[in-house]
Formats: sequence, structure tokens, C-alpha cells
Amino acid sequence: MDFFVLTLAIPLVSGLLLALAGERAWAPNLNVIASLSTFLAAVLLTAEIVASGPRFVFGETFFIDSLNVFFVALTAFVGLTTSIFSGPYMRNEREHGKLSLPRLRLYKSMFQLFMFTMLVALTTNNLGILWVAMEAATLTTVLLVSLYRTAASLEAAWKYFILCGVGIAQALFGTILLYFAAERVLGQSGDALLWTHLASVKGQLDPTIMALSFIFLLVGYGTKVGLVPLHNWLPDAHAEGPTPVSAVLSGLLLNVALYAILRCKVLADGAIPGGFASNLMMGFGLLTLLVASFFLSRQKDVKRMFAYSSIEHMGLITFAFGMGGAVANFAGLLHMTMHSLTKSAIFFAVGHAAQKTGTQVMEDIRGLIKINPVIGWGLMLGTLAILGMPPFGVFASEFMILTHAMKHHPWATPILLLALGVAFAAIFGKVQPMVFGETHAKRLPHAPAITPVFVHLAIVLLFGLYIPPYLTRWFHEAARMLG
Amino acid sequence: MSISGLFWQIFAIVMALALAPLLTGWVNQCRAWLQNRSAPPLLQPYYMLHKLFHKDVVLAHGASTLFRSVPVAVFGCMLLACAIIPTLSTDLPFAPAADTIALVGVFSLARIFISLAAMDVGTSFGALGGRREMLVGFLAEPALLMVIFTTAMISQSTSVVTIVETLAHRDFVIYPSLAFAGIAFTFVSFAENARVPIDNPATHLELTMIHEAMILEYSGRHLALIEWAASLKLYAYSCLGLALFFPWGIAEGNSIGGLLLAIPVLLAKLTVGGGLLAVIETINAKVRIFRAPEFLGTAFLLAVLGLLVRLMLETRV
Amino acid sequence: MNADMPLSAQLINLFASVILLLAFAMLAQRRVLTLINLFALQGLTLCLSTLVVAFTTGQAHLYWSAALTLLLKALLLPWILHQLVRKLNVKSEIEALINIPATMLVGIVLVMVAFNVALPISELSQTITRGTLGIALAVVLLAFLMMITRQKAITQVVGFLSMENGLFLAATSATYGMPMVVELGIALDVLIGAIILGVFFFQIREQFDSLDIRHLEKLKER
Repeated sequence: MDFFVLTLAIPLVSGLLLALAGERAWAPNLNVIASLSTFLAAVLLTAEIVASGPRFVFGETFFIDSLNVFFVALTAFVGLTTSIFSGPYMRNEREHGKLSLPRLRLYKSMFQLFMFTMLVALTTNNLGILWVAMEAATLTTVLLVSLYRTAASLEAAWKYFILCGVGIAQALFGTILLYFAAERVLGQSGDALLWTHLASVKGQLDPTIMALSFIFLLVGYGTKVGLVPLHNWLPDAHAEGPTPVSAVLSGLLLNVALYAILRCKVLADGAIPGGFASNLMMGFGLLTLLVASFFLSRQKDVKRMFAYSSIEHMGLITFAFGMGGAVANFAGLLHMTMHSLTKSAIFFAVGHAAQKTGTQVMEDIRGLIKINPVIGWGLMLGTLAILGMPPFGVFASEFMILTHAMKHHPWATPILLLALGVAFAAIFGKVQPMVFGETHAKRLPHAPAITPVFVHLAIVLLFGLYIPPYLTRWFHEAARMLG
Repeated sequence: MSISGLFWQIFAIVMALALAPLLTGWVNQCRAWLQNRSAPPLLQPYYMLHKLFHKDVVLAHGASTLFRSVPVAVFGCMLLACAIIPTLSTDLPFAPAADTIALVGVFSLARIFISLAAMDVGTSFGALGGRREMLVGFLAEPALLMVIFTTAMISQSTSVVTIVETLAHRDFVIYPSLAFAGIAFTFVSFAENARVPIDNPATHLELTMIHEAMILEYSGRHLALIEWAASLKLYAYSCLGLALFFPWGIAEGNSIGGLLLAIPVLLAKLTVGGGLLAVIETINAKVRIFRAPEFLGTAFLLAVLGLLVRLMLETRV
Repeated sequence: MNADMPLSAQLINLFASVILLLAFAMLAQRRVLTLINLFALQGLTLCLSTLVVAFTTGQAHLYWSAALTLLLKALLLPWILHQLVRKLNVKSEIEALINIPATMLVGIVLVMVAFNVALPISELSQTITRGTLGIALAVVLLAFLMMITRQKAITQVVGFLSMENGLFLAATSATYGMPMVVELGIALDVLIGAIILGVFFFQIREQFDSLDIRHLEKLKER
């Protein structure tokens, strides 16, 4: 049995099944089981790729190497934990009267289809299909963001749809330009958009066209990553959608969009001399980091604040990949992993906290440690982790990025330190009273699924203390591929 | 300058003088048919001219020499314009006298004269009409110039004759830029000839009239000359449009056969053009005077777009 | 342009210009229904230009994309939009945030920018219709402008779809066709997007009793 086919087929089939079957008693379990089997298939696929090297599937349509198999594993894992978390969370929402049964059905089927589109985007070898899958990922999540049908959630979904639609259109133009450049070298054929073919002739692609193409691709996919100034949709969509959706948007969609940029950067770097693509990414990264960190302190809504924190981290990662080289790429990949795990853990904790207190306004959430010590500690530890406190993995990756920047781009160091400092002050100052403080909230009808939070945090902690050597090898290999 | 060239030049001018009122009559007739009215006779403009030439001139008290000389000047300008525009043949002895840019100048000279005359008497309607006319002119001229630049870029010359020769007598090539320029030119001609979206030649509504407001004080042979000049202007614009965008059929040189063929072709084109003009006038409503800048602004933009498209699509580097 | 340019290339250039012209007409349009009709016309022109490319290059899959364009862009989507306008009782007048002449001026500037950006690229290209790339970029930017400056949700959507038209023009005319899979995927995405939008309109309408996106401006940085 081909594990790759399974990885793609399970979410697709279960998504359709959930859509057709409707909201039955077993639907949440099917959702979890599907995610679990996707994850298992992804792990086995990863093992296979690590053992035997990159390979093609279905002719040359799909291409799996150590870079994307790493994202596949991460995506499947966060998908699994989110599906576990969403079971009791959605039941609580239902009993609060916020969601009806048809909407739960919509949520579950769209969730699986969203996983499918992201996995396709990650594994496809064709840059055109990559675009199609990214667009499909937007479409599957638009209705999820507006799941509550409140005025604010509709607005958020509208913004999300329009901004990402515009962004993705720019990316398509970039893809067309890329084809324009490739056609001159590879000739008019379906192969001219295959990444492996492009990568083998990247030195011959015309630099002028590639430069323009990369700008469009960066702006286009960058809209999805949340790069400033195209980040407007992100806080709204995160704050107004259901929490599991915020978790996968932040933890996964941003990663996949960044992955698309990375694939294009490899081509642009090969074609354009003088580090054009790198400088562009470093510039966008720093700007994003700085702007997001200053917006953090102005937030009142807890999910909005953590959405800005996601923008901030995406800026940092973009900067790291912009610097390039083995160390920075390694740090970037590590940080992507750590951010994904930590941020989804935080959203899980925040979701439960908001459900308990019935509000997302931070000033009204107080004394979580008394209502539910587990959630309180989960949120506190997650916050410490995302802020880059030493024992956690985020510290390791941020430290690597910072030292690398000091060595090679010393001018950027003060900006990085300033932004990280501001972000720390803003987030810590707001989360601290939420966790420790006076409160009068009641217990929830369904016990929260808090395991995912601590599983994520445990992995993040593990990576901070000790990265297993085979993982290091794997990361190194992926980092080398990025050049 | 050959004798036959001179002859055909004079023939073209005479034909313009004779045909211009007929074109106006034809447009009016088509309009009447389309609007379910009983149509005036085709020759109505000639009857009008005849009647006006036999009437006495009534002059306002404050009228100066300028007021009296303007009809002649305007008529002269329009006649000159008709002489420059190739209607039948590209071998015109007068054509080197002025290129397309000068042609625009001739039109604007007429406009300035008639606006000055309108203000000369000092009635409020005259001043109002003159002001509105200048507004329209100030917006229409740049658009017209842009149209001309587009065609001039194709033929590498601003001379009308060269443009027509280039477009008519080479292999057939589709020029997308000409489509833009053509639409812009249509817009401009409607505004310049006081046709419906901007002005209505058939009414004297004080709130909206432009051309009619300026000539309220004229009577007798003065009015006849001005009406004739207006017909000539319509004729000149039609011929310019035909020459720039549908130049086929205009004879090159002085071969008798070509010229004899050119006359029926021109008549056919004018007939169709006049009919189209009437259709457009009928299906459109007159816009408020405040919308006129938008209308002409669109014309200008289209002309600029034509120029840009010309640069982008049709030039080989 | 020289006379030695083949007729097909001339036709493609002509169609590209018409698409640009229609993009401008859409920008200047004040009525919603006319706007939708103009969009349908743009789709039709796009289909024609794709047909010419298909005929010239003999790439069979381009016939498919032409048919797809006709079906989706010229018939189905305009029909859906018409239905929406009728069912939702959208007021026929378009409300612009910036007045229309000013928008048109900005539009001209955008066209210049697009042409300037595309010029160095088209000089490199061997295909004879290279100029259309600049036009395609201009159409994309104009559609973008329409989305920014119009207040009704439905106008924004037409802008979005018109942007897709521009991209499709770039894909078919400037590069003589992308791989078939990609075109199919794009068409599918556009279709699903339109359906989701339809659903979405009813949600917005249910919530706000109007399709004016001014209602959608509550979420701001405070």
C-alpha cells in the first residue's frame, strides 16, 4: 500500500463522507479516526522518505522530498490534535446554542477537505496545482470563518475571501510569469511548471522575468502568510472564527503558504544573481515582525492578540529564510515547527478559557488558574513558550536566528531585539492577569480535551532541550535543499 | 500643383457646400423616423437657408463689428476645414497648408469667434452659451488631439493626407489602438457638433442649451451663414472620421476612374454614418451639463488608452 | 505594427484591447446589471481570443478552455449574478467611494504602470502576442481598483472575476496556454468560489439586510 496515496485519500474520502452522512453521533469520532489514520500514514511516508530518499508519485505529478515530507508530518499531526480538541469544544458550542447541527456537519467536512487541500499543496510538483490547492484551501475555510453567522464573523470571512482572493490572484500572475520564463527554456509543454524540471534549469531562467514573477508570488502567497501590509484579514479571521479553525489557520495554513514561497525562492535564487529574493524576503520579514509586535499591545481580544503574534512569528521566519544558508534555514524550519505546535496549543487553551468565561475580551477573563488549573497552566506555559523562554524549543530557534543575524546582518539585530522585546512585554503583561486573578466563572458541561495542549507543549519542550539526531539530520537535509 | 488637382480641390469644396445641409437634413429625417414623428423633407435645410438669406438682418443695439463679422469668419473656418480634409482624393493642393493639428486649431478658432460674438451683445443667454461652449471645447480639444496623435503615430506623420494614404493603401492590418481612437473620436464629434448626449440642436431649453444659446441674437443672412457653418462642421467631422477610420474608397492621385468611384463611396458612407448618428442620438438621453466633463473625460481617457495600446502592442522594438 | 504580423496575432491583439476597453467600461459603469453584462461580454471576448490562440497553435486543450470560459465566464456566472441581484433586490445604482472620473484617471495611471512593468518582459518574449501581457496586467490592476473603490459586495465580486479574466488572458494569449491541468483547476476554483460567494451573499443579506459592504467595517484596529 502506498502511504502517500493514503495520506491524501483519507481526508478526501472522510470529508465527502462527513458531508454526505450529516451530523451523526459517530461523526466526531470519524473525524478523529480519519485524522489519526492520516497522521499514521504521514508518519510511515516520512519514515519511507527518510530511509530511501525523494521520489515521484503518479508520473511526475507529485514529488516528495525531505522538505515537504516534514511539513506533511507536521500538518497531519496538528490536524490530529485539532480534531481531538474540537470534539468537546464543538459540543460545548452547540449546547451554548451558538451552532446548529448542519453547521457542525459543514465544519467537520470542510475541516477534512481543508486538510486535503493543504496536503496536495505540500506534495504537488506542479506549481500550477500548488496555486489551485492554495486557492481551494482559502475556499474551504471561508465558510468555516463565518460559521457563527454573526455580523463580525461574516465581515471577517468577507475580508478573508476578498483579500486572499486578490492575493492569490497576484500569485497566479506570478505563476504565469514563471511559466513564461520556463517556456523559453523547457519549451511549451506540461513539464514547464514542474518544480523539479524548473529547479534543474533554474540557472537559465531569465532573471528579469523571474524577478517580477517572484515579486508577484511573494506578494500573493505572502497575503496568506500574513506579511505586512497584506495582513489585515488574519486577525479578523482568527478572532471571529471558531477556535479549532484559528488553530489550523495559524498553525498550518500560514506554514503551507510560506512553503509555497520557499519553493519559489529556490527557483528565484537560482535565476537572479545578487540575492534579490533573499533581500526582498528579509525586508518583508522585518517589516512584518516590527509592525505586528507594535500592534500586539493594542489588542483587547485574546484570539486577535495571538493572531498578531502569529503574524509576528511569520515575519521572523520569513526573515530567517531570507538570510538563507544552512544555519538560518535550519532555524527557520525549526521555528516553523515550534510555532505551529505552540500556537495551536495556545489556541486550544484560549478556546477553552473563552468558553468558560463566555468572552474573548481579555479584561473579562480573569483567574483561569482558579477555574481550571489545567487550562490556566496550559495557557501560561504556552505563552512562555511562544515568547521564547529558555527551556522551550522556540528559544532554541529564535536564538539561532538572532545569532545568525548578528553574524551576517548586524544591522538587523537591534530591530529584531526591539520587536521581540515589545512583543514579550505586550503578551506577557496581558496573559499574566488572565491566568492569575479573581474570578466567578462556572464549570463547563463537557470536560475540555486538554491533552493536545500538553502534548504540543511537551514536544516543544523536548525540542528545546534535545533534538533527536535523526530529526537533526532530516532538518539539515531539508535546510540544504533550500540552499 | 496640377490643373486637375486644383479642379478636384474646388470640386470637393463645392461638394462640401452642397452636401453639408443635405447631411443635416438626412440626420434630421432619420431622427424623426426613429422617434415616430413625421419627417421633414430631406431638403428642409436648404429651404431654411433660402428663407434666411432673404430676410432682413435685425441687429441688437450693442452689437459691434465683431458681431457682424463672426458669421463670415466661422463660415470661412469651416470651409477651410472641409478643404483640408481629403474627401475624394488624397491629392489636394490645399492640404499642405495645414496638418491635423492645425485643423484642430481651425475648429477652435471658429469656436472662439462664435463665443466672443455670443458675449458681444451682452445678453445673459449669450454669455451662458459662450461659457458652456468654451467648457466643452476645452475638454474636447485634448481628446481630439490625442486621437490625432494615435493616428499620426501609425503613419509617422501629422498630415491628414499622409495618414489617409498610410491607412487606406497598405495591406490590411488590424490596429486595436484605432478602435480606441475611433470611439473617442465619436464622443468628441458628438460634443463638438452639439449632438444629443451633450446638447440638443432641436430645442431651446434655457437650462441645457449650448449652441442655440449662442446664436439667439442672430437673424437673417448672419443666421443663415452660421447654420450653414454648423452643417459644414458636421460634414467636416464626419469626413474626418471617415478619412481616419474608414479611409477605403478615397482615391489616390487624380485618376478619373478612382475619383468617380470615390463620389458614390463617400455618399454611401455619409448615408450610413448619418443614420448611425441618428440612432445613437435616439437611444441616448441628453446628460446634464455637469456630466459633460465626465463624458469628454472618458473620451480623453479612451484616446490616451489608444495611444498606450499603440505603444504596447503595435510597436516593434 | 508591421503588415507581416499574422492575422491571428492581430486578432489576439484586437481582442486583448477590447478586453481592456471593457475593463475600463466596467470601471465607468454606474448600473449593476449593465456591469454584469459588460463582464459577460468580457468573458465572451476572452473566449474568442482563446479560440484564436487554439486555432493558431493547434493545442487541443485550448479549445477546452475556450469552451470552459464561454460556459463559466460568459454564461453561468453572469446568470448567477443576475439571479442574485434579482433575488436580493440589490439597488441598481453603484455607489463608488471615489467619484468615477477620478477612478478613471487613476485607472489610466495604472495602465501606464502595467505597460511599463511588462515592457522589458515582452521584449524578451518570442511569441508574437507578447504585448498582451501588459494588457493582462493592466486588466488585473483595473479590476483591483474596482474592488477597492466600490461599495457593494456584488461589484467587488465582479471585480474579482474580472481580475480572473485578466489572468486568464495572460495565461492563454501571452504564453499561448498553460498546461491543461492548471487551467481546469483554475476554472474549478472560480466556479466553487462563485458558489461560495452566492451562499455568502445570502448570509450577509440575512445578517445586515443589505449588500453594502459599509456594514462590513466594524472590525478595525482600535
